[in-house]
Amino acid sequence: MDNSPKTENSLTIYPFVVPNLLISYCCILVMPEKQRGRYAALAIAAVVIVVGIPLWWKTTETYRAWLPFSEISELDSLQLQLSVDIEVVFSRGTLTPEQQKKFPLSHVNEKEHQVDVSIPELLTSPSTEADLSLHMLSESSCGSVVVYVIPESSTLLPEDVKVYVGQRRTALLRSPPFKTSWNLKEVLSNLDVEVEQVVSTMSFGHQDIVAALSNRVRMTKVTKESMADSMRAIKSSPGYEITFSLLNPDPKSHSLHWDIEGAVQSYIQPLLNKLAPIANFSVDSQILYYAVLGVNPRFDNSVSAYTLSADSLSHVINPVEARLGSNAASSNPVLNFLLYVPDAHHSPLFIRDHSKRKVPSNAFHSPRWGGIMVYNVNEMYGPEAERPVDININMAKVMGVFLAQLRLMLGVQHTHPPTGFVLQSPGSAGLADWELDRLLWSRSVENIATASTTITSLAQLLDQIGNIVINDNIAQQVSSAVTSLQSAVAELEAGNLAFALQYSREAILASERAFFDPSLLHLLYFPDDQKFAIYIPLFLPMCVPIVLSLLKIVSEAKKRRADKQAKSD
Amino acid sequence: MGITAAAARDEFQEELVIRPLHSGDIYASFQFRTLWDTDFLQEGQKVSHYRLFPKSLGQVLSKFSVRELHISFTQGFWRTMQWGQPFIPSPPGAELWVWFHDTVSDVDGNWKELTNVLSGIFCASLNFIDLTNTVQPSASFKPLGLGNATDHRFLRYATLPREIVCTENLTPWKKLLPCGSKAGLAVLLKSEKLFHSSFHSQAVHIRPVCQHKNGLDFAKILDAPSFCIHLCINCYLHLFTEWSLFKMFSRTLTEACPLATSSKVYVDITDNPEGELFELSPATPLLSQAVVLGDRRTYSVFDLTRAETFGQLRSLNLLLRWKGDGGEMLRPLLHAERYVAGFGLQTGEIHTVIYNNHPYRAFPVLLMDSVPWYLQLYIHTLTVTSKSRDNKPSYIHYQPAKDRHRPHLLEMLIQLPPHSMTEVTVQFERALLKWTEYTPDPNHGFYVGSSVVSALVPSMVAMSTNFTQDQPLFSSFVPVKEESSYFVRVYTEPLLVNLPTPDFSMPYNVICLTCTVVAVGYGSFYNLLTRTFQVDEPSLPLAKRLANLIRRIRGVPLLT
Repeated sequence: MDNSPKTENSLTIYPFVVPNLLISYCCILVMPEKQRGRYAALAIAAVVIVVGIPLWWKTTETYRAWLPFSEISELDSLQLQLSVDIEVVFSRGTLTPEQQKKFPLSHVNEKEHQVDVSIPELLTSPSTEADLSLHMLSESSCGSVVVYVIPESSTLLPEDVKVYVGQRRTALLRSPPFKTSWNLKEVLSNLDVEVEQVVSTMSFGHQDIVAALSNRVRMTKVTKESMADSMRAIKSSPGYEITFSLLNPDPKSHSLHWDIEGAVQSYIQPLLNKLAPIANFSVDSQILYYAVLGVNPRFDNSVSAYTLSADSLSHVINPVEARLGSNAASSNPVLNFLLYVPDAHHSPLFIRDHSKRKVPSNAFHSPRWGGIMVYNVNEMYGPEAERPVDININMAKVMGVFLAQLRLMLGVQHTHPPTGFVLQSPGSAGLADWELDRLLWSRSVENIATASTTITSLAQLLDQIGNIVINDNIAQQVSSAVTSLQSAVAELEAGNLAFALQYSREAILASERAFFDPSLLHLLYFPDDQKFAIYIPLFLPMCVPIVLSLLKIVSEAKKRRADKQAKSD
Repeated sequence: MGITAAAARDEFQEELVIRPLHSGDIYASFQFRTLWDTDFLQEGQKVSHYRLFPKSLGQVLSKFSVRELHISFTQGFWRTMQWGQPFIPSPPGAELWVWFHDTVSDVDGNWKELTNVLSGIFCASLNFIDLTNTVQPSASFKPLGLGNATDHRFLRYATLPREIVCTENLTPWKKLLPCGSKAGLAVLLKSEKLFHSSFHSQAVHIRPVCQHKNGLDFAKILDAPSFCIHLCINCYLHLFTEWSLFKMFSRTLTEACPLATSSKVYVDITDNPEGELFELSPATPLLSQAVVLGDRRTYSVFDLTRAETFGQLRSLNLLLRWKGDGGEMLRPLLHAERYVAGFGLQTGEIHTVIYNNHPYRAFPVLLMDSVPWYLQLYIHTLTVTSKSRDNKPSYIHYQPAKDRHRPHLLEMLIQLPPHSMTEVTVQFERALLKWTEYTPDPNHGFYVGSSVVSALVPSMVAMSTNFTQDQPLFSSFVPVKEESSYFVRVYTEPLLVNLPTPDFSMPYNVICLTCTVVAVGYGSFYNLLTRTFQVDEPSLPLAKRLANLIRRIRGVPLLT
């Protein structure tokens, strides 16, 4: 205790020394004492800065797993390259033997599509002979197109038909006149225009791609029609629920029977089987009693029938929808098809279009929601019939309308082939192979666009809000979405349509899972003022002395320097 | 052909039972039954075409492989001693019990998803059902329908005693009816009147049953069970000396639901054989006798499918006017109640009292208690006494709770001596919860669901075991297996237990206090470490300074 406190060790004992004792040393120890206080203040400040602040930072930070931000930002400016395998087969008699010698040859043709929308007449004379010959040819892989070039003089196709598109992925092309002196390259380049037309009919055109990207890019030069097409089609999703509902507002007078099971089996299921690569479909049906439309139809004396005008149709759906109910067991989008049998007092009921004409199908559809058909039964029984009247619904008539609406909803668009093209009717499946391919192309592009939008906006959001916890599981979903997207793009480039679609679906699933993960919602958002209120009672009393003593040290140092300068002067 | 086949495959029945009580109260029980001859659980084939059966529930059944589903929402407590036995009992709040098909591998996962889907369908907070309030009773909840599944791994039972039932639950419930609330008996279900009652319960029971037509051909039944959905509403209205349908429900009946194969209103006139007690108008010649809950009752029947029921006014407004007073209600043979005893916030005791009012018959009952984990039961303190003598349960199934994972489950088979009171007590300690585990209003207390007493009560009259006969729905809900007894389930009151509740501004106070203490300690320590001491001219004491002042005036040398 009475050691002279010159060493650092003895300094620490000071707080316990009786002040009286200190005073006696003071005169000798003025300088070391001041020095010691300064060192102590500096040491504490250093501890606070070197240990305290990093510790506080580390313990209060949120967990954020690593995300592939650079790859995501690459996705933002995505360039898609779609390639279609086109096989051009020259039938006997089209080429000279010299030209044949140079086979095989692969010829890559990259072109930007500039499709003019023209309205051609549909030729309704399918040449059965031609179709048969196409059927016999080998099966081609999904997404590819085979063009058979037949001699100009061939009688397989009618005179005025230039191109015939079959049910599969094949087309017959009447060859334009070749000069025998041409080599193969010249022959092919001569065929370019026709082949390109065939491809834009059977695979995709400029408009299709723009429409598929519509939620990604701002549409500028799109015709009203293709815009309507893309709006009508339900968005790409891994599955759809198709619900048929029979609305019977008057069960007292009508006892309705519909063989929905058989009708679905024979009309809807073939189409859905064909569409199986795109999505999973489930079909169900229900009968709703006392379900009424939202508007009162007006009685029209001129036709002695009730009419629904096109303007009032928009009010029809909402009251019905409350009764329809959503599918409790899945979260896929629902396509509703409603068959409405008007009650006895409001029969017959007709729908009129904007030009006040009766709609022949007596049906309408609502984009991305479904369709409604009005089915009048008043002619099926007389006024004396015993109530309720048993009525069997003609399912062929109903399903014809619903099938057409379903095709629209699913985005199987009407193609507008150039003049001189004949399209084979799709047959019993309701969908030709190349129509499916068209759908696959636009769906893959749409999926890629949607998934990349989701991922980029998620990345942006996470980047902007620093408080959100990013779990490993989300990071994993994001990176798997990114890899799937990259592989989808690569497969599109390579022309493997089936794989591209599969990868794009995986990408969309993973990106949605990441985006809607509930763990992103539990962010511990404390407002800054609350954090301040928690920290103030501790941090303020602790920081004030440190800051004050640091200020004092600085001012003393300044003073000393000034003194020194004055002395030297 | 197609018409008849389709028509035969599903059918819909509706009925309303009204039981007038001497106090002037009315017990009204609506039952709607849809029977569908289909198999939701058939492998491979999805049932997806619905006619009378509600599509939303059908999809739930097939997606989650549900064999039986029983759900009820109840507002108020059924007072068995005053009101007698209800046709279909239910505990206060929400109750859900489900038997899954034995092909389900992840029962807990299915259960979790199912409760979420059901809470969407019924607009209820069933999503609060999780593993902490779900139990698997080993004996109390046997399947009510076809098949004798005994493996209780596929059973889940949960109650939410705090659930409040209101209009928003009734609307989706009414949507499950084929006629909605547009025709038939359902027009009477107006929420503004129904929710004015002292007791209101709405339930959905779905189970596989055997068909009426081939009721005895068991092989065929097991191949293709038909599913039966029972939608019931029980309500208990307090009225005065006179009531009518219009007064009770602010509607009268004008037609049957056109889809219903039977649509009937029953009024219990057992106590009024000669019309001396009350007067019922319009009079009906149709009488029906049924054995319900061990008692032979007589009912006036109004068949809504017949035009003459509605008379000239084309509407049926039942009117009942009391004439006299008197007559005692038959006391229920089985009755139970429950309360919490003890003082303070640390320990307590749950008392369950079961009464056997039968004058000379003893019968066994199954008592089931599901107690949340935050009441830690001391199972060694379990005592069962009847007639002040120890009554050893012949079967005890106890599953202890795991904190924050599962509740206690206690099931006992107790023999009740004739005309006796049996008391079951068990002590518990209240746990301290984490501060995020408290409910929004913690000082209100925590609910503990009702205990369930299930029993086969000896019947005074022979019960009908004949399934093939057309019976009213209310008497045939629970299948009767033998003539001498009938099945009764009694729910006790839910308990409200106070847990030690902290002051929730405490965390901030604690932060402030500790921070201040730390800051003060730190401050003085810091001062001592960094303060520098300097020799200061000691200032003169006050007396010397005063003396100096005087000295200065006098010109004398100053003191130092």
